[in-house]
Amino acid sequence: MRAARYLALSIAAALFLVPFYLVLRNGLASEQEITSPSWTFWPGEVRWENFADLFANPAVPLVRSLVNSVVVAVLQTAGQLLLCGLAGYGLARIPYRYANAVLYLVIATLMIPAAVTFVPTFVVVSTLGWISDLRGLVVPGLFSGFTTFLFRQYFLTFPKEVEEAARVDGLGHWGTYWRVVVPNSKGFFAALGVIAFMTSWNQFLWPLVIAQDRDSWTVQVALSTFLTAQSTEVGQLFLAAAVSVAPLVIVFVALQRFLVRGVVETGMKG
Amino acid sequence: MRNGRAFWLFVGPFAVGLLVFVYVPIGWSLLLSFFDARNTVTPTEFVGLRNYVDMLTDGPFLSSLGTFSVFAAFIVPLTFVLALALALLVNQIGFMQSFFRSVFFLPTACSYVVASLVWKLSIFNGVRFGLANTVLGWFGAEPVAWTVSTSPPWYWLVLVTLRLWLQLGFYMILFIAGLQRIPQHLYEAAWIDGARPGWQTLRYITMPQLRTTSVAVLLLLLIAAYQAFDEFYNVLGTDRGYPPFARPPLIYLYYTALGSGGQDFGHGSAGAVILTLLIAGVTLVQGKVITR
Repeated sequence: MRAARYLALSIAAALFLVPFYLVLRNGLASEQEITSPSWTFWPGEVRWENFADLFANPAVPLVRSLVNSVVVAVLQTAGQLLLCGLAGYGLARIPYRYANAVLYLVIATLMIPAAVTFVPTFVVVSTLGWISDLRGLVVPGLFSGFTTFLFRQYFLTFPKEVEEAARVDGLGHWGTYWRVVVPNSKGFFAALGVIAFMTSWNQFLWPLVIAQDRDSWTVQVALSTFLTAQSTEVGQLFLAAAVSVAPLVIVFVALQRFLVRGVVETGMKG
Repeated sequence: MRNGRAFWLFVGPFAVGLLVFVYVPIGWSLLLSFFDARNTVTPTEFVGLRNYVDMLTDGPFLSSLGTFSVFAAFIVPLTFVLALALALLVNQIGFMQSFFRSVFFLPTACSYVVASLVWKLSIFNGVRFGLANTVLGWFGAEPVAWTVSTSPPWYWLVLVTLRLWLQLGFYMILFIAGLQRIPQHLYEAAWIDGARPGWQTLRYITMPQLRTTSVAVLLLLLIAAYQAFDEFYNVLGTDRGYPPFARPPLIYLYYTALGSGGQDFGHGSAGAVILTLLIAGVTLVQGKVITR
Protein backbone atom coordinates (compact mmCIF):
# COMPACT_ATOMS: atom_id res chain seq x y z
CA MET A 1 0.00 0.00 0.00
CA ARG A 2 2.79 2.36 0.98
CA ALA A 3 4.83 1.36 -2.05
CA ALA A 4 1.81 1.85 -4.33
CA ARG A 5 1.37 5.37 -3.01
CA TYR A 6 4.98 6.27 -3.66
CA LEU A 7 4.81 4.71 -7.11
CA ALA A 8 1.69 6.71 -8.03
CA LEU A 9 3.20 9.92 -6.69
CA SER A 10 6.49 9.34 -8.49
CA ILE A 11 4.78 8.78 -11.84
CA ALA A 12 2.65 11.88 -11.36
CA ALA A 13 5.71 13.92 -10.33
CA ALA A 14 7.64 12.77 -13.40
CA LEU A 15 4.73 13.83 -15.64
CA PHE A 16 4.54 17.21 -13.90
CA LEU A 17 8.22 17.84 -14.56
CA VAL A 18 8.09 16.94 -18.27
CA PRO A 19 7.21 20.49 -19.45
CA PHE A 20 10.14 21.97 -17.49
CA TYR A 21 12.43 19.40 -19.04
CA LEU A 22 11.13 20.23 -22.52
CA VAL A 23 11.74 23.96 -22.05
CA LEU A 24 15.37 23.33 -21.11
CA ARG A 25 15.97 20.63 -23.71
CA ASN A 26 14.57 22.69 -26.59
CA GLY A 27 16.15 25.90 -25.34
CA LEU A 28 19.64 24.45 -25.28
CA ALA A 29 19.49 22.31 -28.42
CA SER A 30 20.28 23.27 -31.97
CA GLU A 31 17.44 23.83 -34.40
CA GLN A 32 18.31 20.57 -36.22
CA GLU A 33 18.14 18.56 -33.03
CA ILE A 34 14.72 19.95 -32.09
CA THR A 35 13.20 19.11 -35.46
CA SER A 36 15.00 15.79 -35.83
CA PRO A 37 12.58 12.89 -36.42
CA SER A 38 14.43 10.72 -33.88
CA TRP A 39 13.98 11.91 -30.30
CA THR A 40 17.12 12.79 -28.36
CA PHE A 41 16.65 12.92 -24.62
CA TRP A 42 19.22 15.66 -24.12
CA PRO A 43 21.06 17.78 -26.71
CA GLY A 44 24.24 16.01 -27.79
CA GLU A 45 26.06 19.29 -27.45
CA VAL A 46 24.50 21.82 -25.07
CA ARG A 47 24.48 25.16 -26.85
CA TRP A 48 24.99 27.78 -24.15
CA GLU A 49 25.62 30.28 -26.93
CA ASN A 50 21.85 30.19 -27.55
CA PHE A 51 21.64 32.63 -24.62
CA ALA A 52 23.92 35.15 -26.31
CA ASP A 53 22.04 34.72 -29.61
CA LEU A 54 18.73 35.25 -27.88
CA PHE A 55 19.72 38.44 -26.09
CA ALA A 56 21.46 39.75 -29.22
CA ASN A 57 18.52 39.00 -31.52
CA PRO A 58 17.12 42.42 -32.54
CA ALA A 59 13.81 40.83 -33.64
CA VAL A 60 13.03 39.70 -30.06
CA PRO A 61 12.78 42.64 -27.60
CA LEU A 62 13.43 40.33 -24.67
CA VAL A 63 15.36 42.66 -22.38
CA ARG A 64 12.92 45.50 -22.85
CA SER A 65 9.91 43.26 -22.20
CA LEU A 66 11.54 41.71 -19.11
CA VAL A 67 12.20 45.19 -17.71
CA ASN A 68 8.58 46.14 -18.39
CA SER A 69 7.36 43.02 -16.61
CA VAL A 70 9.54 43.68 -13.56
CA VAL A 71 8.39 47.30 -13.34
CA VAL A 72 4.71 46.38 -13.73
CA ALA A 73 4.85 43.49 -11.24
CA VAL A 74 6.77 45.46 -8.59
CA LEU A 75 4.54 48.53 -8.88
CA GLN A 76 1.35 46.47 -8.84
CA THR A 77 2.45 44.43 -5.85
CA ALA A 78 3.58 47.45 -3.82
CA GLY A 79 0.59 49.53 -4.88
CA GLN A 80 -1.94 46.83 -4.06
CA LEU A 81 -0.46 46.13 -0.64
CA LEU A 82 -0.37 49.85 0.15
CA LEU A 83 -3.83 50.85 -1.10
CA CYS A 84 -5.75 47.70 -0.23
CA GLY A 85 -3.99 47.35 3.14
CA LEU A 86 -4.94 50.89 4.16
CA ALA A 87 -8.50 50.51 2.89
CA GLY A 88 -8.91 47.14 4.56
CA TYR A 89 -7.74 48.55 7.88
CA GLY A 90 -10.02 51.57 7.61
CA LEU A 91 -13.00 49.34 6.87
CA ALA A 92 -12.16 46.96 9.71
CA ARG A 93 -11.21 49.40 12.45
CA ILE A 94 -12.40 52.98 11.95
CA PRO A 95 -16.06 53.41 12.89
CA TYR A 96 -17.69 55.88 10.53
CA ARG A 97 -21.19 56.67 9.35
CA TYR A 98 -20.65 55.64 5.73
CA ALA A 99 -18.24 52.76 6.37
CA ASN A 100 -20.93 50.16 5.64
CA ALA A 101 -21.92 51.83 2.39
CA VAL A 102 -18.29 51.73 1.20
CA LEU A 103 -17.98 48.12 2.32
CA TYR A 104 -21.01 47.17 0.23
CA LEU A 105 -19.43 48.86 -2.81
CA VAL A 106 -16.32 46.75 -2.25
CA ILE A 107 -18.22 43.50 -1.73
CA ALA A 108 -20.35 44.06 -4.83
CA THR A 109 -17.21 43.93 -6.98
CA LEU A 110 -16.29 40.51 -5.60
CA MET A 111 -18.93 38.90 -7.78
CA ILE A 112 -17.37 40.26 -10.95
CA PRO A 113 -14.01 38.85 -12.08
CA ALA A 114 -11.85 41.66 -13.51
CA ALA A 115 -11.20 39.76 -16.75
CA VAL A 116 -14.90 39.75 -17.63
CA THR A 117 -14.96 43.56 -17.67
CA PHE A 118 -11.85 44.06 -19.78
CA VAL A 119 -13.82 45.77 -22.56
CA PRO A 120 -15.35 48.39 -20.21
CA THR A 121 -11.99 49.01 -18.54
CA PHE A 122 -10.33 49.37 -21.94
CA VAL A 123 -12.91 51.98 -22.90
CA VAL A 124 -12.08 54.12 -19.84
CA VAL A 125 -8.32 53.63 -20.02
CA SER A 126 -8.24 54.53 -23.71
CA THR A 127 -10.18 57.71 -22.94
CA LEU A 128 -7.45 58.60 -20.44
CA GLY A 129 -4.91 58.14 -23.24
CA TRP A 130 -3.11 55.36 -21.38
CA ILE A 131 -2.79 52.85 -24.22
CA SER A 132 0.75 51.45 -24.60
CA ASP A 133 1.54 53.37 -21.43
CA LEU A 134 2.94 52.15 -18.14
CA ARG A 135 0.03 53.78 -16.31
CA GLY A 136 -2.47 51.82 -18.38
CA LEU A 137 -0.67 48.57 -17.56
CA VAL A 138 -0.34 49.18 -13.83
CA VAL A 139 -3.07 51.43 -12.45
CA PRO A 140 -6.33 49.58 -13.29
CA GLY A 141 -5.00 46.46 -11.54
CA LEU A 142 -4.32 48.25 -8.26
CA PHE A 143 -7.87 48.53 -7.01
CA SER A 144 -8.71 44.97 -6.14
CA GLY A 145 -11.88 44.74 -4.11
CA PHE A 146 -10.92 41.16 -3.34
CA THR A 147 -7.55 42.07 -1.77
CA THR A 148 -9.16 44.86 0.25
CA PHE A 149 -11.80 42.46 1.49
CA LEU A 150 -9.12 39.93 2.52
CA PHE A 151 -7.22 42.64 4.40
CA ARG A 152 -10.40 43.72 6.17
CA GLN A 153 -11.15 40.15 7.27
CA TYR A 154 -7.57 39.76 8.47
CA PHE A 155 -7.50 43.05 10.42
CA LEU A 156 -10.78 42.12 12.12
CA THR A 157 -8.87 39.25 13.76
CA PHE A 158 -5.89 41.41 14.76
CA PRO A 159 -5.63 41.51 18.60
CA LYS A 160 -7.39 44.68 19.74
CA GLU A 161 -5.36 44.91 22.99
CA VAL A 162 -2.19 45.51 20.97
CA GLU A 163 -3.81 48.41 19.16
CA GLU A 164 -5.27 49.83 22.37
CA ALA A 165 -1.82 49.79 23.97
CA ALA A 166 -0.57 51.82 21.03
CA ARG A 167 -3.45 54.28 21.45
CA VAL A 168 -2.57 54.73 25.13
CA ASP A 169 0.94 55.60 23.98
CA GLY A 170 -0.62 58.47 22.07
CA LEU A 171 -0.61 57.07 18.55
CA GLY A 172 -3.52 57.91 16.23
CA HIS A 173 -4.98 55.51 13.67
CA TRP A 174 -2.21 56.35 11.22
CA GLY A 175 0.62 55.80 13.69
CA THR A 176 -0.99 52.65 15.07
CA TYR A 177 -1.28 51.21 11.59
CA TRP A 178 2.27 51.89 10.47
CA ARG A 179 4.13 51.35 13.74
CA VAL A 180 2.17 48.50 15.32
CA VAL A 181 -0.22 46.77 12.94
CA VAL A 182 1.94 46.51 9.81
CA PRO A 183 5.12 45.31 11.58
CA ASN A 184 3.08 42.61 13.30
CA SER A 185 1.41 41.47 10.09
CA LYS A 186 4.46 40.82 7.93
CA GLY A 187 3.47 37.21 7.21
CA PHE A 188 0.07 38.22 5.89
CA PHE A 189 1.51 41.01 3.74
CA ALA A 190 4.14 38.59 2.39
CA ALA A 191 1.48 35.98 1.57
CA LEU A 192 -0.70 38.41 -0.39
CA GLY A 193 2.38 40.07 -1.89
CA VAL A 194 3.74 36.84 -3.37
CA ILE A 195 0.35 36.07 -4.90
CA ALA A 196 0.04 39.60 -6.30
CA PHE A 197 3.52 39.44 -7.81
CA MET A 198 2.94 36.07 -9.49
CA THR A 199 -0.47 37.08 -10.78
CA SER A 200 0.90 40.30 -12.18
CA TRP A 201 3.94 38.67 -13.80
CA ASN A 202 1.85 35.96 -15.46
CA GLN A 203 -1.17 38.02 -16.50
CA PHE A 204 -1.77 38.10 -20.20
CA LEU A 205 -5.18 39.38 -21.35
CA TRP A 206 -4.87 42.93 -19.98
CA PRO A 207 -1.29 43.55 -21.23
CA LEU A 208 -2.32 42.10 -24.61
CA VAL A 209 -5.17 44.59 -24.81
CA ILE A 210 -3.29 47.63 -23.56
CA ALA A 211 0.39 47.18 -24.57
CA GLN A 212 -0.02 47.68 -28.30
CA ASP A 213 3.38 49.21 -29.08
CA ARG A 214 6.35 46.90 -29.09
CA ASP A 215 8.14 49.06 -26.52
CA SER A 216 5.40 48.51 -23.96
CA TRP A 217 5.14 44.72 -24.30
CA THR A 218 5.46 42.66 -21.16
CA VAL A 219 7.37 39.41 -21.44
CA GLN A 220 4.13 37.41 -21.77
CA VAL A 221 2.95 39.53 -24.69
CA ALA A 222 6.35 39.26 -26.36
CA LEU A 223 6.38 35.45 -26.01
CA SER A 224 2.82 35.19 -27.25
CA THR A 225 3.52 37.36 -30.31
CA PHE A 226 6.38 35.12 -31.39
CA LEU A 227 4.47 31.98 -30.51
CA THR A 228 1.37 32.81 -32.56
CA ALA A 229 3.35 34.25 -35.47
CA GLN A 230 6.05 31.52 -35.24
CA SER A 231 8.39 34.12 -36.65
CA THR A 232 11.47 33.27 -34.65
CA GLU A 233 13.57 30.17 -34.13
CA VAL A 234 11.85 27.58 -31.97
CA GLY A 235 14.92 27.05 -29.78
CA GLN A 236 15.18 30.75 -28.96
CA LEU A 237 11.49 30.82 -28.15
CA PHE A 238 11.93 28.07 -25.56
CA LEU A 239 14.97 29.75 -24.12
CA ALA A 240 13.04 33.01 -23.84
CA ALA A 241 10.31 31.06 -22.03
CA ALA A 242 12.92 29.66 -19.62
CA VAL A 243 14.23 33.18 -18.93
CA SER A 244 10.67 34.43 -18.31
CA VAL A 245 9.90 31.62 -15.85
CA ALA A 246 13.21 31.66 -13.96
CA PRO A 247 12.47 34.69 -11.71
CA LEU A 248 9.19 33.14 -10.62
CA VAL A 249 10.70 29.74 -9.93
CA ILE A 250 13.21 31.50 -7.67
CA VAL A 251 10.42 33.41 -5.91
CA PHE A 252 8.52 30.13 -5.66
CA VAL A 253 11.34 28.17 -4.07
CA ALA A 254 12.42 30.96 -1.73
CA LEU A 255 8.97 32.04 -0.55
CA GLN A 256 6.94 28.85 -0.86
CA ARG A 257 5.59 28.95 2.67
CA PHE A 258 4.16 32.45 2.11
CA LEU A 259 2.81 31.34 -1.24
CA VAL A 260 1.02 28.36 0.30
CA ARG A 261 -0.48 30.63 2.93
CA GLY A 262 -1.46 33.11 0.24
CA VAL A 263 -3.18 30.42 -1.82
CA VAL A 264 -5.15 29.24 1.19
CA GLU A 265 -6.10 32.82 2.17
CA THR A 266 -7.16 33.88 -1.33
CA GLY A 267 -8.75 30.56 -2.24
CA MET A 268 -10.85 30.00 0.83
CA LYS A 269 -11.92 33.46 1.97
CA GLY A 270 -13.59 34.38 -1.31
CA MET B 1 -15.92 64.23 12.28
CA ARG B 2 -12.39 63.25 13.33
CA ASN B 3 -13.24 59.65 12.46
CA GLY B 4 -14.50 60.78 9.07
CA ARG B 5 -11.14 62.30 8.26
CA ALA B 6 -9.21 59.26 9.45
CA PHE B 7 -11.55 56.95 7.55
CA TRP B 8 -11.10 58.75 4.25
CA LEU B 9 -7.35 59.02 4.81
CA PHE B 10 -7.23 55.21 4.86
CA VAL B 11 -10.02 54.32 2.48
CA GLY B 12 -10.17 57.38 0.20
CA PRO B 13 -7.39 56.58 -2.32
CA PHE B 14 -8.68 53.05 -2.82
CA ALA B 15 -12.31 54.15 -3.02
CA VAL B 16 -11.53 56.76 -5.71
CA GLY B 17 -9.66 54.14 -7.75
CA LEU B 18 -12.48 51.66 -7.35
CA LEU B 19 -14.94 54.24 -8.66
CA VAL B 20 -12.79 55.29 -11.61
CA PHE B 21 -11.53 51.87 -12.71
CA VAL B 22 -14.39 49.57 -11.77
CA TYR B 23 -17.66 51.47 -11.38
CA VAL B 24 -17.20 54.08 -14.13
CA PRO B 25 -16.25 51.39 -16.72
CA ILE B 26 -19.28 49.30 -15.82
CA GLY B 27 -21.58 52.33 -15.99
CA TRP B 28 -20.07 53.51 -19.24
CA SER B 29 -20.43 50.07 -20.76
CA LEU B 30 -24.00 49.84 -19.65
CA LEU B 31 -24.57 53.10 -21.53
CA LEU B 32 -22.58 52.01 -24.61
CA SER B 33 -24.49 48.74 -24.76
CA PHE B 34 -27.63 50.67 -25.77
CA PHE B 35 -25.81 52.56 -28.52
CA ASP B 36 -24.09 52.00 -31.78
CA ALA B 37 -20.37 52.52 -31.14
CA ARG B 38 -18.02 51.30 -33.83
CA ASN B 39 -14.38 52.35 -33.76
CA THR B 40 -15.24 54.89 -31.08
CA VAL B 41 -15.83 54.73 -27.36
CA THR B 42 -18.40 57.52 -27.39
CA PRO B 43 -22.04 56.57 -27.95
CA THR B 44 -23.15 57.58 -31.46
CA GLU B 45 -26.66 56.35 -32.21
CA PHE B 46 -29.18 55.04 -29.70
CA VAL B 47 -30.31 51.56 -30.71
CA GLY B 48 -32.24 50.47 -27.62
CA LEU B 49 -31.94 46.77 -26.89
CA ARG B 50 -30.75 45.85 -30.37
CA ASN B 51 -27.19 44.99 -29.30
CA TYR B 52 -28.58 42.64 -26.66
CA VAL B 53 -31.01 41.06 -29.11
CA ASP B 54 -28.14 40.58 -31.59
CA MET B 55 -25.96 38.96 -28.95
CA LEU B 56 -28.66 36.64 -27.66
CA THR B 57 -29.89 35.55 -31.10
CA ASP B 58 -26.63 35.79 -33.02
CA GLY B 59 -24.87 32.43 -33.31
CA PRO B 60 -21.27 33.19 -32.26
CA PHE B 61 -22.00 34.61 -28.82
CA LEU B 62 -24.31 31.79 -27.81
CA SER B 63 -21.94 29.22 -29.24
CA SER B 64 -19.15 30.78 -27.13
CA LEU B 65 -21.25 29.98 -24.07
CA GLY B 66 -21.56 26.47 -25.48
CA THR B 67 -17.77 26.25 -25.81
CA PHE B 68 -17.43 27.34 -22.20
CA SER B 69 -19.91 24.64 -21.13
CA VAL B 70 -17.98 21.90 -22.93
CA PHE B 71 -14.69 23.12 -21.48
CA ALA B 72 -16.15 23.36 -17.97
CA ALA B 73 -17.71 19.89 -18.30
CA PHE B 74 -14.22 18.46 -18.76
CA ILE B 75 -11.97 20.65 -16.67
CA VAL B 76 -14.09 21.13 -13.52
CA PRO B 77 -14.68 17.47 -12.57
CA LEU B 78 -11.22 16.36 -13.76
CA THR B 79 -9.39 19.00 -11.73
CA PHE B 80 -11.60 18.38 -8.71
CA VAL B 81 -11.03 14.60 -8.62
CA LEU B 82 -7.33 14.67 -9.48
CA ALA B 83 -6.52 17.54 -7.09
CA LEU B 84 -8.32 15.69 -4.30
CA ALA B 85 -6.49 12.46 -5.15
CA LEU B 86 -3.10 14.19 -5.09
CA ALA B 87 -3.97 15.90 -1.80
CA LEU B 88 -4.99 12.59 -0.18
CA LEU B 89 -1.84 10.85 -1.42
CA VAL B 90 0.52 13.66 -0.41
CA ASN B 91 -1.21 14.05 2.96
CA GLN B 92 -0.83 10.35 3.79
CA ILE B 93 2.90 10.02 3.29
CA GLY B 94 5.66 11.14 5.62
CA PHE B 95 8.93 10.75 3.76
CA MET B 96 9.43 13.28 0.92
CA GLN B 97 6.04 14.86 1.50
CA SER B 98 7.22 18.41 0.93
CA PHE B 99 9.13 17.36 -2.19
CA PHE B 100 6.02 15.95 -3.86
CA ARG B 101 3.90 18.87 -2.74
CA SER B 102 6.39 21.31 -4.25
CA VAL B 103 6.61 19.45 -7.56
CA PHE B 104 2.83 19.44 -8.05
CA PHE B 105 2.61 23.07 -6.97
CA LEU B 106 5.52 24.30 -9.12
CA PRO B 107 3.54 24.81 -12.37
CA THR B 108 1.68 27.63 -10.57
CA ALA B 109 4.83 29.66 -11.21
CA CYS B 110 4.35 29.33 -14.98
CA SER B 111 2.15 31.51 -17.12
CA TYR B 112 -0.45 30.17 -19.53
CA VAL B 113 1.64 31.65 -22.33
CA VAL B 114 4.67 29.52 -21.43
CA ALA B 115 2.51 26.42 -20.99
CA SER B 116 0.87 27.08 -24.37
CA LEU B 117 4.30 27.31 -25.95
CA VAL B 118 5.33 23.93 -24.56
CA TRP B 119 2.02 22.28 -25.39
CA LYS B 120 1.71 23.73 -28.89
CA LEU B 121 5.29 23.55 -30.13
CA SER B 122 6.64 20.57 -28.24
CA ILE B 123 4.21 18.12 -26.66
CA PHE B 124 1.34 18.40 -29.13
CA ASN B 125 3.23 19.63 -32.14
CA GLY B 126 1.45 18.20 -35.16
CA VAL B 127 4.64 17.20 -36.96
CA ARG B 128 6.48 13.97 -36.44
CA PHE B 129 9.01 15.30 -33.91
CA GLY B 130 6.37 16.42 -31.40
CA LEU B 131 6.57 14.49 -28.13
CA ALA B 132 3.07 12.98 -28.32
CA ASN B 133 3.58 11.98 -31.94
CA THR B 134 6.99 10.54 -31.12
CA VAL B 135 5.40 8.36 -28.45
CA LEU B 136 2.60 7.36 -30.86
CA GLY B 137 5.28 6.53 -33.41
CA TRP B 138 6.83 4.00 -31.02
CA PHE B 139 3.54 2.13 -31.28
CA GLY B 140 3.42 2.51 -35.01
CA ALA B 141 0.62 5.10 -35.06
CA GLU B 142 0.44 7.95 -37.55
CA PRO B 143 1.14 11.52 -36.35
CA VAL B 144 -1.93 13.50 -35.25
CA ALA B 145 -2.51 17.19 -36.08
CA TRP B 146 -3.44 17.98 -32.47
CA THR B 147 -4.24 21.68 -32.51
CA VAL B 148 -5.77 22.04 -35.97
CA SER B 149 -7.80 18.85 -36.11
CA THR B 150 -11.56 19.44 -35.70
CA SER B 151 -12.83 15.90 -36.28
CA PRO B 152 -12.12 14.40 -33.89
CA PRO B 153 -11.57 17.64 -31.90
CA TRP B 154 -8.16 16.75 -30.48
CA TYR B 155 -7.59 20.38 -29.46
CA TRP B 156 -9.74 19.69 -26.39
CA LEU B 157 -7.15 17.17 -25.21
CA VAL B 158 -4.45 19.83 -25.64
CA LEU B 159 -6.38 22.58 -23.84
CA VAL B 160 -7.65 20.40 -20.99
CA THR B 161 -4.29 18.77 -20.18
CA LEU B 162 -2.60 22.17 -20.31
CA ARG B 163 -4.95 23.69 -17.75
CA LEU B 164 -4.82 20.55 -15.61
CA TRP B 165 -1.04 20.80 -15.39
CA LEU B 166 -1.16 24.47 -14.52
CA GLN B 167 -3.93 24.52 -11.92
CA LEU B 168 -3.92 21.10 -10.22
CA GLY B 169 -1.28 22.12 -7.65
CA PHE B 170 -3.24 25.20 -6.60
CA TYR B 171 -6.37 23.18 -5.80
CA MET B 172 -4.32 20.39 -4.24
CA ILE B 173 -3.00 22.97 -1.75
CA LEU B 174 -6.58 24.02 -0.93
CA PHE B 175 -7.58 20.40 -0.35
CA ILE B 176 -4.50 19.72 1.81
CA ALA B 177 -5.37 22.75 3.95
CA GLY B 178 -8.90 21.37 4.26
CA LEU B 179 -7.66 17.88 5.16
CA GLN B 180 -5.40 19.24 7.87
CA ARG B 181 -8.35 20.96 9.53
CA ILE B 182 -10.18 17.65 10.05
CA PRO B 183 -9.81 16.64 13.71
CA GLN B 184 -7.83 13.41 14.01
CA HIS B 185 -10.10 12.03 16.73
CA LEU B 186 -12.91 11.56 14.19
CA TYR B 187 -10.81 8.96 12.41
CA GLU B 188 -9.75 7.33 15.65
CA ALA B 189 -13.37 7.04 16.78
CA ALA B 190 -14.31 5.51 13.41
CA TRP B 191 -11.52 2.94 13.65
CA ILE B 192 -12.65 1.94 17.12
CA ASP B 193 -16.16 1.51 15.72
CA GLY B 194 -14.73 -0.86 13.13
CA ALA B 195 -14.53 1.39 10.07
CA ARG B 196 -11.63 0.45 7.86
CA PRO B 197 -9.21 3.11 6.66
CA GLY B 198 -9.74 3.78 2.97
CA TRP B 199 -13.04 4.04 1.18
CA GLN B 200 -15.26 3.97 4.30
CA THR B 201 -13.49 6.78 6.13
CA LEU B 202 -13.23 8.76 2.90
CA ARG B 203 -16.93 8.43 2.25
CA TYR B 204 -18.24 9.02 5.78
CA ILE B 205 -15.64 11.29 7.39
CA THR B 206 -13.28 12.97 4.94
CA MET B 207 -15.76 14.07 2.27
CA PRO B 208 -18.41 15.45 4.66
CA GLN B 209 -15.67 17.31 6.56
CA LEU B 210 -14.36 18.74 3.30
CA ARG B 211 -17.74 20.12 2.30
CA THR B 212 -16.84 23.83 2.58
CA THR B 213 -13.55 23.31 0.75
CA SER B 214 -15.25 21.28 -1.98
CA VAL B 215 -17.91 23.91 -2.65
CA ALA B 216 -15.27 26.66 -2.74
CA VAL B 217 -13.06 24.64 -5.12
CA LEU B 218 -15.97 23.96 -7.47
CA LEU B 219 -16.91 27.64 -7.53
CA LEU B 220 -13.32 28.75 -8.16
CA LEU B 221 -12.90 26.17 -10.94
CA LEU B 222 -16.10 27.28 -12.62
CA ILE B 223 -15.20 30.98 -12.45
CA ALA B 224 -11.69 30.25 -13.76
CA ALA B 225 -13.06 28.23 -16.69
CA TYR B 226 -15.51 31.04 -17.46
CA GLN B 227 -12.60 33.44 -17.89
CA ALA B 228 -10.54 31.09 -20.07
CA PHE B 229 -8.65 33.14 -22.60
CA ASP B 230 -4.87 32.78 -22.46
CA GLU B 231 -4.41 29.17 -23.55
CA PHE B 232 -7.14 29.31 -26.21
CA TYR B 233 -5.61 32.45 -27.70
CA ASN B 234 -2.05 31.12 -27.66
CA VAL B 235 -2.64 27.51 -28.65
CA LEU B 236 -5.26 28.01 -31.36
CA GLY B 237 -4.54 31.56 -32.54
CA THR B 238 -2.08 32.26 -35.35
CA ASP B 239 -0.93 35.44 -37.08
CA ARG B 240 -3.68 34.79 -39.62
CA GLY B 241 -6.29 35.08 -36.89
CA TYR B 242 -8.30 32.73 -34.72
CA PRO B 243 -10.12 29.65 -36.07
CA PRO B 244 -13.93 29.83 -36.22
CA PHE B 245 -14.33 27.06 -33.61
CA ALA B 246 -13.50 26.76 -29.89
CA ARG B 247 -14.14 30.39 -29.00
CA PRO B 248 -14.95 30.79 -25.30
CA PRO B 249 -16.75 34.01 -24.26
CA LEU B 250 -13.70 36.19 -23.61
CA ILE B 251 -12.09 35.17 -26.91
CA TYR B 252 -15.31 36.11 -28.69
CA LEU B 253 -15.50 39.46 -26.88
CA TYR B 254 -11.85 40.19 -27.60
CA TYR B 255 -12.32 39.76 -31.33
CA THR B 256 -15.61 41.67 -31.33
CA ALA B 257 -14.40 44.69 -29.38
CA LEU B 258 -10.71 44.80 -30.24
CA GLY B 259 -10.21 42.56 -33.23
CA SER B 260 -8.69 43.72 -36.50
CA GLY B 261 -12.07 43.49 -38.22
CA GLY B 262 -13.28 46.78 -36.69
CA GLN B 263 -13.84 47.70 -33.08
CA ASP B 264 -17.45 47.23 -32.10
CA PHE B 265 -17.84 48.55 -28.56
CA GLY B 266 -21.64 48.54 -28.62
CA HIS B 267 -21.88 44.79 -29.07
CA GLY B 268 -18.73 44.24 -27.02
CA SER B 269 -20.27 46.13 -24.10
CA ALA B 270 -23.57 44.29 -24.36
CA GLY B 271 -21.63 41.01 -24.29
CA ALA B 272 -19.66 42.12 -21.23
CA VAL B 273 -22.87 43.09 -19.43
CA ILE B 274 -24.48 39.71 -20.19
CA LEU B 275 -21.37 37.82 -19.02
CA THR B 276 -21.18 39.92 -15.85
CA LEU B 277 -24.81 39.26 -14.99
CA LEU B 278 -24.38 35.52 -15.61
CA ILE B 279 -21.31 35.17 -13.40
CA ALA B 280 -22.73 37.42 -10.67
CA GLY B 281 -25.85 35.24 -10.67
CA VAL B 282 -23.85 32.04 -10.35
CA THR B 283 -21.74 33.53 -7.52
CA LEU B 284 -24.83 34.65 -5.62
CA VAL B 285 -26.48 31.24 -5.88
CA GLN B 286 -23.29 29.43 -4.86
CA GLY B 287 -22.75 31.92 -2.03
CA LYS B 288 -26.19 30.99 -0.72
CA VAL B 289 -25.21 27.32 -0.84
CA ILE B 290 -21.98 27.95 1.10
CA THR B 291 -23.50 30.07 3.86
CA ARG B 292 -26.59 27.92 4.14
